[in-house]
Amino acid sequence: MTTSLPDEHFFRRESGRLVSTLTRMLGVHHLALAEDAVQETLAAAVEVWAFRGVPENPSAWLTTAARNRAVSLLRRERTARRFAPEIGRLTDAEGTPGTESPVAHLPPALRDDELRMMFSCCHPDIPEDAQVALVLSLLSGFSAHELAEAFLVSRAAMEKRLSRAKKALSGTRGLFELEARDFETRLAAVHRALYLLFNEGYHGASPDAAVRLDLCREAMRLAALLLEHAPAATPATHALAALMALDAARLPARVDEAGDLTELSRQDRSRWDARLIARGLELLESSARGEVVSEYHLEAAIAATHALAPSAEKTSWGEIVELYDALLRLRPSPVVALNRAVAVAEQLGPERGLQALRSIPGTERLAAYPFYPAALGELELRCERPADARRHFRAAHRLARNPAERTFLERRIAECERQLSSGPHPTVRG
Amino acid sequence: MSEFLYLYRLPADSPNMPDSARNMQERLQKWTAWFKDLETRGYLRVLGHPLETAGAVVTEGGRTVHDGPYAESKDIVLGYSVVQAKDLAEARTIAGGCPVLGYGGMVEVRPIRQM
Repeated sequence: MTTSLPDEHFFRRESGRLVSTLTRMLGVHHLALAEDAVQETLAAAVEVWAFRGVPENPSAWLTTAARNRAVSLLRRERTARRFAPEIGRLTDAEGTPGTESPVAHLPPALRDDELRMMFSCCHPDIPEDAQVALVLSLLSGFSAHELAEAFLVSRAAMEKRLSRAKKALSGTRGLFELEARDFETRLAAVHRALYLLFNEGYHGASPDAAVRLDLCREAMRLAALLLEHAPAATPATHALAALMALDAARLPARVDEAGDLTELSRQDRSRWDARLIARGLELLESSARGEVVSEYHLEAAIAATHALAPSAEKTSWGEIVELYDALLRLRPSPVVALNRAVAVAEQLGPERGLQALRSIPGTERLAAYPFYPAALGELELRCERPADARRHFRAAHRLARNPAERTFLERRIAECERQLSSGPHPTVRG
Repeated sequence: MSEFLYLYRLPADSPNMPDSARNMQERLQKWTAWFKDLETRGYLRVLGHPLETAGAVVTEGGRTVHDGPYAESKDIVLGYSVVQAKDLAEARTIAGGCPVLGYGGMVEVRPIRQM
């Protein structure tokens, strides 16, 4: 009886699955009711399972329980007759409510429910940052409070963002049809949302490393859902999934036990996840069968170049600079230009890197981005100008968004000071 | 050895309903681990049951005073167990590890009369 949960992400996955399925059955205008039913069902499951153990087929148990809960919530709205069709749909779906009707294997239709929900969340009327929050709320079981922490905004602001987005979503005529003509366009929006979600986890502002890891993991899980559904498994989807796997492979070496950051050049490459690298390379290879080279292809190729290099020194920096050039043509952005400049510094030396950094058009858009002054500081330090470097690191420190970034920059400032006090002789770089 | 009834209570207006997948997962893991620990250490006499919040209070003549949740108590009983311990002090110590304490709840420890 007391079997334990299948894995540590069980509730996340189930929450997304149940909300998607109930919303399909009830209609998207009942989104809030579906969410309530799922929330109550999962909360009740925690209490019941704590005492009785997890049932043999927990997913089926939850499906039945959530359906029953939705029926009773509809009835409680006291307009049961008006909702008769919905109740009928819920009860016809898989047996009568109240009877245990385990769905031994979830049919593909249920996987599609999550996909349709994902596509629905990326509606053009919903702003990008709200799309990401919506995906995390509806498909990954994040609370408004957790999202506020993850995106470093106030809880009230996040609640407002979510409720607006949910209102927009439940006001649409229905969930997105996977056969719709604008599938391709919407798929691009889904890619973008998952990309932003992954990046929020990887470079994000949240001070909690565990939260950021969760975001990366969810982005990867949802990308894997896209890969399972043939029409969504385009070369760009493969490239996006490759990019995530290859970047995520570096996570174990990027953040240490104390949550402190280690930059790429100093990472212990033996701690990179070999399994994820292999998976990423495999995905990158299968992404090459199309004719279109997307921005994800280019970013994945950059990540692959790092993954395959035995050390920072032996990295093909020239190749990386070329990939960044191609990326800039496709998606001009000061952040991409910043990364390119760092690669230029590795290829041609710190002075050339500094030139590249200073000639980035629109650096004012990087004004709040701590990595810009941090990169200036790093290169000044390599040019043996520790006083200038310290000034930049201090500027970066003022912009740092979480303790990990602050600790990292404090260490760099300390290094500048060490070099300043040890006189004009530069120390050999480690 | 004496036996103690544990009543797991949570304030009725608790803001601590699990509202995210993460804290549901954590809560279940903690409860499961706690019961398992009680069992392996030989404290657990009766695992008990979780309780619905709804119900009724019935008085003489079968008259229902009110339907639950019970307006008179400020908290709801989530469930109960029976634990075996040396004395009240030990029973209290054991209850101190209950996961319900981690989200604003409490454990009422009541010795079961032996005679």
